[in-house]
Amino acid sequence: MIMNTHDSLQFSYTAIIRHPLRAVLVLLAIAIGVASIIIMTGLGEGARRFILNEFSSLGTNLLIIIPGKSETGGAMSIISGATTRDLTLQDTISLQRHHQIKRVAPIVFGAAEASWQQRSREVTIIGSTSELLALRHWSLSQGVFLPEGEMTRASAVSIIGTKIASELFPQTNPVGQKIRIGDRKFRVIGVLASKGRSIDIDTQNLIIIPVASAQHLFNTPGLFRILIETRSRESQKQVKTFIINTIKARHQNEEDITIISQDALLGTFDQILTALTLTITGIAAISLSVAGILIMNIMLITVSQRTAEIGLLKALGASRHQIQILFITDALLLATTGAILGILLGQGSNLIIHHFLPTLNNSAPLWSIVTAFLVAVFTGLLFGVIPARRAADLNPIQSLAHH
Amino acid sequence: MIKLKNINRIFQVGDQQVHALKNITLDINSGEYLSIMGPSGSGKSTLLNIIGMLDQPDSGSYHLQGKEVTHLTDNTQSMIRSSQIGFIFQFFHLLPRLTAAENIALPMMLAGVPYAERKQRTNKILQLLEITERADHKPEQLSGGQRQRVAIGRATIMQPKVLLADEPTGNLDRHAGHEVIKILEQLNQKGITLIIVTHDPELGERAKRKIKFIDGSITTDTGTDLA
Ligand SMILES: Nc1ncnc2c1ncn2[C@@H]1O[C@H](COP(=O)(O)OP(=O)(O)OP(=O)(O)O)[C@@H](O)[C@H]1O
Ligand SMILES: [Mg+2]
Repeated sequence: MIMNTHDSLQFSYTAIIRHPLRAVLVLLAIAIGVASIIIMTGLGEGARRFILNEFSSLGTNLLIIIPGKSETGGAMSIISGATTRDLTLQDTISLQRHHQIKRVAPIVFGAAEASWQQRSREVTIIGSTSELLALRHWSLSQGVFLPEGEMTRASAVSIIGTKIASELFPQTNPVGQKIRIGDRKFRVIGVLASKGRSIDIDTQNLIIIPVASAQHLFNTPGLFRILIETRSRESQKQVKTFIINTIKARHQNEEDITIISQDALLGTFDQILTALTLTITGIAAISLSVAGILIMNIMLITVSQRTAEIGLLKALGASRHQIQILFITDALLLATTGAILGILLGQGSNLIIHHFLPTLNNSAPLWSIVTAFLVAVFTGLLFGVIPARRAADLNPIQSLAHH
Repeated sequence: MIKLKNINRIFQVGDQQVHALKNITLDINSGEYLSIMGPSGSGKSTLLNIIGMLDQPDSGSYHLQGKEVTHLTDNTQSMIRSSQIGFIFQFFHLLPRLTAAENIALPMMLAGVPYAERKQRTNKILQLLEITERADHKPEQLSGGQRQRVAIGRATIMQPKVLLADEPTGNLDRHAGHEVIKILEQLNQKGITLIIVTHDPELGERAKRKIKFIDGSITTDTGTDLA
């Protein structure tokens, strides 16, 4: 004998709504559990997307060459005492030959005071070449970028960030003006478009000058690092080998550089953040089992309250199996309804969070919604089985005598 | 139709054994009207429960329509209970959350009878029992007699062969009890086998066959007039 599904659901429904408070309690427990999974994964994913996006904005297919050999990929060998040769402009030039290298930008990095007339402020200085703009996906709001040509030429030109432009030149167009940096004068030839804070540098508070000028300014022959953009992701390995071999040949056969690839960096962060998201999601999912225990307790109470009914149903021809299904239907109905409410609650909360943190794209991924739903339903099933078994095992005669 | 042979039922209560049924042998033919009387605790309900397969005998055999039923699976027993046996209880046992009509239709719902057919059969029974106006009332809004009529409707909706009534009038006043008995007797006249357990001597006398129980044994059996 098989009851039709619609009848089972309706039968369960009428039984559940006889105790509305109890039903609300269970629904709430499940809904909160499901919602917290969705909110947690939303936040985790949001953070992951945010950080990955920031890393991607560094450039495309980037390799970063750092002077010094790192032992484990992080700490410099300064600790181990090995001598480190500077990376030089000549090194940079030697790297330009490879056909898989699209762009090369040497970087000198430092801080200095910049002033114009009576105004001055502390700024970050980057010395580089014309390729930097495209390599970093930056753009200009005014003027032009560093001129192409010999990177050893120390011309006195500069490109300034928007904040510097507005603070040093509140009323004047900065392009064409001569700005003082340290003890030298540089003509402003361009203004960077405002892009805000990049993950590594505040572009609004930045002045870019030719790399050779920066070397003079800071009196250093060495480079802070060399940025390389390869033509494709696939060619990175090949390019890496080329870089190592080339620099080694130029540095008395010593491999004294470290190459970080943007991909590896991204991959590491992706892994860490995914693990983090999964962990908090797992914790939220475990909290759902608390809801499961609540379901079980409430179902057990229900079974004892419906003892006479169970005896009657058996007398009317319901099999053990059917009684079990009826009670599991109760649990499933509660769990499913709770899960749907939880999804609405979670998605709603995510929208509200997004409203207050617009930079965080915290929409929950589909897998987490599906997982939360399935975990809730499975919890209902799992914790519904024990009370349902108990109901089915009741002795019908004693149940009927029960009032 | 019902053939009981050497049925024993022993309950273990603590370290005491209660011998509720002692070697009961009883043949009941199709269409009989049978009353079972006897003092409290003599085993009347226990016998009814075994006939209705809500309880299993500890020994003996039970043939229902020629088939041994004591060792059938739970599923098969349920199926037989659903299609062949109707129960009527002293305390009605209606589900308070369902209407009169829904209570009557409950066995059909459990059996998976489609909605339209359920509706039609329920309406017919409601009419027969003269409670059509009460169809949408909840049990708490019904009188005792009306409740028992709903219970009779529920017990007969699957057109069973046997109706087992355990003190069906025990909770009703004389008038309502009389009405209920009349309905049950009408059903018996249409061919249903009617077995009534009662404490009421007047009611017991109305049955064509009268069985007396004392201490788990049959002491009197007026015998069957149906072959
Ligand atoms: N589930 C049980 N567990 C233990 N003892 C039981 C059980 N059911 C019945 N008994 C015992 O079996 C005996 C017969 O009980 P039964 O209910 O059949 O009596 P009865 O004739 O129906 O009595 P009454 O007229 O009071 O309803 C009684 O002594 C009773 O205590
Ligand atoms: Mg009894």
